[in-house]
This record gives sequence, C-alpha cells and structure tokens, in this order.
Amino acid sequence: MEAMGVLMTYPMSSYLEQQLQNRFTLFRLWNLPNKTHFFNHNAHNIQAVVGSTHIGADPELIDSLPALEIVSSFSVGLDKVDLAYCKEKGIRVTNTPDVLTDDVADTAIGLILATLRRICEDDRFVRSGLWKKDEFKLSVKFSGKKVGILGLGRIGTAIAKRAESFNCSISYHSRSEKPESKYKYYPSVIKLASNCDILVVACALTEQTRHIINREVIDALGPKGVLVNIGRGAHVDERELVSALVEGRLAGAGLDVFEHEPQVPEELFGLDNVVVLPHVASSTVETEMAMADLVVGNLEAHFLKKPLLTPVV
Amino acid sequence: MKNIRSIDPLSWCGFGINTKRDAINRPIGNRLHTYISSNLYNFGSVQFIILMGSQHHDRCPSSQPPQVLVIRPPPVFTVHEQYISNKFHILKAYDSALPTHDFLQANAQFVKAVLCSGNGPITADVLRDLPALQLVVSTTTGVNHIDMAECRKRGIKVTNIQDVFSDDVADVAVGLLINVMRRITGGHKFVRGGCWPVTEQYPLGSKLGGKKIGIVGLGNIGSKVATRLYAMGCIVSYTSRQIKDSPFTFYPNVLKLALDSDALILCCALTNDTRHMINNKVMMALGKKGIIVNVARGAVIDEAELVKCLVEGEIGGAGLDVYENEPNVPKELFGLDNVVVLPHSSACTNECFQDAAEVAIGNLEAFFANKPLITPVTNDF
Repeated sequence: MEAMGVLMTYPMSSYLEQQLQNRFTLFRLWNLPNKTHFFNHNAHNIQAVVGSTHIGADPELIDSLPALEIVSSFSVGLDKVDLAYCKEKGIRVTNTPDVLTDDVADTAIGLILATLRRICEDDRFVRSGLWKKDEFKLSVKFSGKKVGILGLGRIGTAIAKRAESFNCSISYHSRSEKPESKYKYYPSVIKLASNCDILVVACALTEQTRHIINREVIDALGPKGVLVNIGRGAHVDERELVSALVEGRLAGAGLDVFEHEPQVPEELFGLDNVVVLPHVASSTVETEMAMADLVVGNLEAHFLKKPLLTPVV
Repeated sequence: MKNIRSIDPLSWCGFGINTKRDAINRPIGNRLHTYISSNLYNFGSVQFIILMGSQHHDRCPSSQPPQVLVIRPPPVFTVHEQYISNKFHILKAYDSALPTHDFLQANAQFVKAVLCSGNGPITADVLRDLPALQLVVSTTTGVNHIDMAECRKRGIKVTNIQDVFSDDVADVAVGLLINVMRRITGGHKFVRGGCWPVTEQYPLGSKLGGKKIGIVGLGNIGSKVATRLYAMGCIVSYTSRQIKDSPFTFYPNVLKLALDSDALILCCALTNDTRHMINNKVMMALGKKGIIVNVARGAVIDEAELVKCLVEGEIGGAGLDVYENEPNVPKELFGLDNVVVLPHSSACTNECFQDAAEVAIGNLEAFFANKPLITPVTNDF
C-alpha cells in the first residue's frame, strides 16, 4: 500500500500525519513553494485526499487529481467536500462520525458553563488581582434552564442527554420532526429561539442552514438569551451576532467556530459575556487518535477493496 | 398570625423598663390590634412580652419589625439588603466605629437572631457577647464559620440554605473539570490574544468520557456532580463518611480513591477530619495526569503542597473556587495554564442569591412566628 499516494490538505494532526507517512506515500498540500509544479509532477500518483474542516476537496482540487479515488475527511462535517461532484465522478467519500460526538457535546456544555457562569472572566478577575479590591458580578444559573438544540443528530442528542442531567428542559428544531424523540419539537428555528434560554447550533452546514442564525433568530432569542455554536461559523450571520452582543441585544455567546477562521471579530474580545475557542470541539488526544485511525482505516479498506468503515458517498 | 384582642396587663409592665434596649422597647403605639408573635422572656423577676410586628406591621405602623443582627454583611444580604430590610430591623455592627465586641456589648444584649456568612464568623467569643441569641441564620450551605458545638451547648438553633446552592455549585464543579481538561480558558485566552492566526494549532485537551472521576463527599452537591458527570460518560466513584445508597462505587478513604481516579472533585464539608485531607500523599496517588477540582473549602487541601505539586508537574491540573486564605490566591498559580482560579463564586448566581435571601427570610419569619424552622442544620452536618 506504500505505493498509494495520499494528499493531506492541511497539518490538522501530527499523529494522523505520522500514520499516513507510515503506510502510504504522503504528499502535503501546505508549504508548497510552487503549487503548479507540485501538481504537474505528482497529481497522477495521488489516489486519495485526506481533508479537514479547513481545506476539503472542492471541484478545483478534484479536477487537478485525475487518479483520485477517495476523499477521507478528518471531520464529521463535510461542508468543505463537494459531495455531488464526488458522486458524479465516482469518488468515494468518508468522514469520522461517532468518535467525536462526545467531545463535541462536552465542548457545548463546557461553553455554556463558561459563558453563563463567567468561568473564563472570573479566572481573569482573580489573576489580575482584582478579587482583593472589587466585587465580581453574579453569574447566571445553568441548571433548570431551557435548552434549544438546532439539529438533533448524534451530536445534538448527546448535548440533550447532558443538559437533561442539569435538569434542563430540551426542545429542538430539525429538518424533520423525530417521532421517537421525547423532546419538544418546534417547526421553525425562530419558534425554537423564542422558547429557549440557550440556543445550541449542532446541525450540518448546507445551503439551507447557511446563516440560519440571522437577525430575526437573534431577536427571538432575546436580551437574556445565549447562543452556543459548535457547528460551523457560517451557520451564523456573524456581523449580526457581533452587533447584537455589542449592543446588549443578546446576553452572551460561546463560540467554537467562526465564518473566516482563524480570524475572529475583535469586537468580541472586549466582551465579558463571550467565550471564544479556536475550533477545538473534537480536539482531545483520544479523539484525535480515534479520528485518525478511522481515516486510515477507511483508506486501507478502500485500497484492499474491502467495505468502507464510514462511507458517506 | 393570631389577632390578639386582649392583652395580659402584666405585659404592659414590661414596656419601658429597660430604656437602653431600643430594639425591644418600642412603644406599641396607640393601637392595640397588634399581631403578636410572642416570646415570653424572663429577665430577672420581670417578664417581658416582646412584641414583634411581623409581616402585618403595616397594619400597625408604629410597631417595629423584629430585630436581626448583622456583624459583617453576607454577600446575599448586600445584594438584597432592601428586600431583607423591609422585613426586619437590621442591627448593623459593621456600620459602627466600635470594635465588634464593644458594639455587641452595648447594643446586642437582647438580640435573638443573627444573619451571617463566612465573612463574619460566629465564634465562641461572639456568642459570649450575645446572651439572648437563639438563632443563627447563615446565607451559606457550609457552617464551618459557626461554632456549632457552642451553639449546641447553648441551645442556639442554626439554619443554612441547605440545598439552594447545590445545583449551582455542582454546575461550577463540572464546568471547572471540563474547563481544565478541555483547556477552555486557555483556548479563550489564545484566541483573544490574537494567537490563532499566528500559531493556528492549539494544544489538545483530554477527553472526559471514560475517565475515572472520584467525588469526595457525596452529599447534595457531590451527588449532583455525580449525575452530571455520569451523563457525560465518566466512570464515577466516591468517598464519604459513610457509604450511601448510590449506584456509584464507594471507596473507604480518599487515598484509595485517588489511586484509582483521573480526577478528584472535592464536595465535602470542612471539618477537623477533612482539614488538609488532600495532602502530598493523596496528590502523588492521583498522579501526574490527575486533576483536582475544589468547590468545597480551601482548607480541605494542603494549599502549599498543591502549589508545589502543580508547579513541579506532580499533578496534571486544578480547577479551584476556594482557597485557604481568601481572597489571597497563591501567585504561583497565575503562571500555570493548566489551572483555573475562581473567586469563590460557585454559588454566586442571580437566581441563587434570590433563593438564599428567600430561605434566610423564611427561617427568620418562622422563628419570630414560633413556627418550625425551614432549613435547620442537624447535628450530624
């Protein structure tokens, strides 16, 4: 299998990089002095692309790799992979579901607590020596609040299970109602936002969900509402979100993702009711290994002509 | 409340005898229709009926609400002073230029109830200055700031706010564990510091699911922490003074628990047995990847030893809400990115302060109405 060429699009994991290096001929799409030269010399030797949430496989990349057979994404979200084009071209696509569900759900809860209970802000308060002089602000209780989940897939369900242990009431909006679910369904995201204290974005990014959190939804969530985003930055109209937070029309936000990562609107940095993370919802040692093993496992299965482990296309 | 239409003439004798004590000897006014929550009080050969205008004092505008002493203002009182002061006459020792002892000697000899929290300990000395005291109302759950033995001896009842804060404290305990293991505060600072576009990769955190979490003290708070962590896929165990009716594994002592845990969450009361219970031996048993979360009391941990272990990498990290000498926090902790420090704020939410004020008021009202207290502290707390 060492003869198989794999193109890694981004240095998303050194463990993954090592695993790919050990098994295949690994090509790296970053730090290239001359991309054209690279593709001219190597494209015909590349059978697989390993993509990430940063750089996936768009039509331009797919067209530049005539020998491409499979795209194995180091993510569960596939918004950076042109699935329709892959299907058209007969290119297989895999992702990394399930192994990261718990970590992402934990991050959602962690962001809710950090935002509502002012954990990051109070840590700053103590470290700056203010505790001896000033009063700190009271925070907002999490237990018992109404949590609205946008997207009740694996991750949304895991978030709901955790929030229930905090005695929260759970409601959701999804593409379709899930009759087997015990949670309250709202037919629109605005109705969901109007009826919850904390709105968590946990759906896939598609054309339908781009900017699904817009001005109207933010207004519906209201000045006591908190938004938590562990989906994709593009789920939220970021400019509207920033204005709402700066103007106090939203009580707070916990954000792991942004529209133009790694750029984050600087207006957010001065707000003590906003917690910002560098897209780390699945970034643990254990899950990184599990995701990498799944990527490698899918590639090996493909090259050995065995059934793929987690195929999407 | 009973509507007393006729009053024992002897009761009128009690009025005006002790002119030093404004708190008690308020003239009943011209109105006899007073709602009396009576408290027959023997003082030598003279009987007093202490007339308390309670929540119906608006019907007797000249009668005063019952007196409650505050030596140092509890944070709950500070936030809800107006609300509480509408119901009781607050005797503020902290407003006086006199030292506490002198103030109490001069003004509080007939005080029956005191409202307090950790910043104003009710020590044996304080109790000695309050000979008429019958009730200590704490706006906290912990009562280690009250000399419970002395109260028991004197028959002084103590109330706390029992379960009111336990959700909030449990929430912060879980929030701190996630925060430390998943590097949330570190990640937040990384982004705010403008580092993300430059460095791009932030160090990996540690997954919670499957980790063994040892809860020290499975009371109201500990059991809520357990439920939340169980829902996150943690393997939960505990140690407590006695084994509980609980689905989680019991360990007979904290050392054994630490040996078998990835993290310890301290949720126990501070007593003589638990003081410095988390010592060097326990921390070594927890190990280099071990995390300690403390939402109990600072003195449950040997703080100097904790700092040493963290600085030297003998344990993996800590989430702390409490310290041995608040508001002083060991400066060595500030340089560590695997430590999160909070200002004893785990119970400080808008909702809880409101609830705590209601419980404190409820206990005071019950006391002055001779009704059963709402949240008395039992002997085995």
